[in-house]
Amino acid sequence: MPNRIVSSIQNIGHRVIESVWRLGVASRFFILVLLKSGTSLRRFNLVIRELYFTGVLSLIIIVVSGLFVGMVLGLQGYETLQKYGSESAVGTLVALSLVRELGPVVAALLFASRAGSAITAEIGLMKATEQLAAMGMMAVDPIARVVAPRFWAGVISMPFLAAIFSVMGVFGGYLVTVVFIGVDEGSYWSQMQSAVDFRFDILNGFIKSCFFGVAVTAIAVFEGYDAPPTAEGVSGATTRTVVTSSLVILGLDFILTAFMFRGVS
Amino acid sequence: MQRTTMDLWVGLFVIIGIVALMVLSLKVGNLNVYNPSQSYVITGNFENIGGLKVRAPVKGAGVVVGRVTDIQFSTQTYDAVVKMSLDSRFTFPKDTFASILTSGLLGEQYIGLAAGGDDVMLKDGDKVMKTNSAMVLEELIGRFLFDKAAKDDSL
Repeated sequence: MPNRIVSSIQNIGHRVIESVWRLGVASRFFILVLLKSGTSLRRFNLVIRELYFTGVLSLIIIVVSGLFVGMVLGLQGYETLQKYGSESAVGTLVALSLVRELGPVVAALLFASRAGSAITAEIGLMKATEQLAAMGMMAVDPIARVVAPRFWAGVISMPFLAAIFSVMGVFGGYLVTVVFIGVDEGSYWSQMQSAVDFRFDILNGFIKSCFFGVAVTAIAVFEGYDAPPTAEGVSGATTRTVVTSSLVILGLDFILTAFMFRGVS
Repeated sequence: MQRTTMDLWVGLFVIIGIVALMVLSLKVGNLNVYNPSQSYVITGNFENIGGLKVRAPVKGAGVVVGRVTDIQFSTQTYDAVVKMSLDSRFTFPKDTFASILTSGLLGEQYIGLAAGGDDVMLKDGDKVMKTNSAMVLEELIGRFLFDKAAKDDSL
């Protein structure tokens, strides 16, 4: 009996040590990517190629979901606000929820599942087919040549995608409430403009999306580079990328919101 | 895919992204109306600020001219010291009246500035002498009941 207790405590300890060890490896890998990103900034063509795959190809899903999220926000906001006779505030509701929260967060979640998983699968498969090892044999550093350009492309494209998402959402809200339902156009824009502040709302939303971009792509490239070089390993790593980065986005969003909008310091 | 096509798409993507950021700051955030880099700060003592919050708008004739930047309680005068940052394009006379108003029935509270007739204008760091507190519903009802009781007595 005592043996079983000891072994279950050992089990807990083993898991804790394992996860701390993994976090340490991930942090060292992250610093290594930052140190070796000089090459990708000098040869910017590598980053442009990855920008096409992570940024441009994510554009469709970001534009469509931004539009629909804004339309739903406008519809639901109108339904609730008209009970209190303040349906002119629907522009404020749509813009503030998009710029502060939904824009950065939903765009980052979509980005994690659209681009993050692709990055992990690509790097993982390169490792499984020993392309990374072959690069190492040719004295080409795989971190500088493969990982760093993907990382920087993700970091650059994330704030743009979040901004496009917010703009499409505001436009979607405009389409539903002003064009279809018939809220006054002037009050839609003017109430929005008087409530949304540049530094407090838009700049903070932008900073949030930059944080999310770094988090998602760092997780994606690490999971890909760390994947066991088997078909099963690559698929597991891709799943882990989506799950971990979604959880990290939501947790990070709570922390950033607490610091930015509640004045916790 | 051709290098040039890829470059074209990435260029378009970056341009769309920058345009989106510009639309957000200019159309949604209305950056040009209130530029905090050129502003001056005035203070006012209010007996009761009600539900006024930091970053509430300061309006002159209903137009946003600035924002509340700081609210402190003064232990010398036992009232609230409200700091307002106003756009330096809008100057107000020294005897301007500052009152805490409510937009709509349940709306947010803001500071309304009603210009006086003085020739001297308010400068950075000046204090508004004439202030009017926020309406507190309980006080209002209390006053109404008190008046009613006084009227009933006189009958």
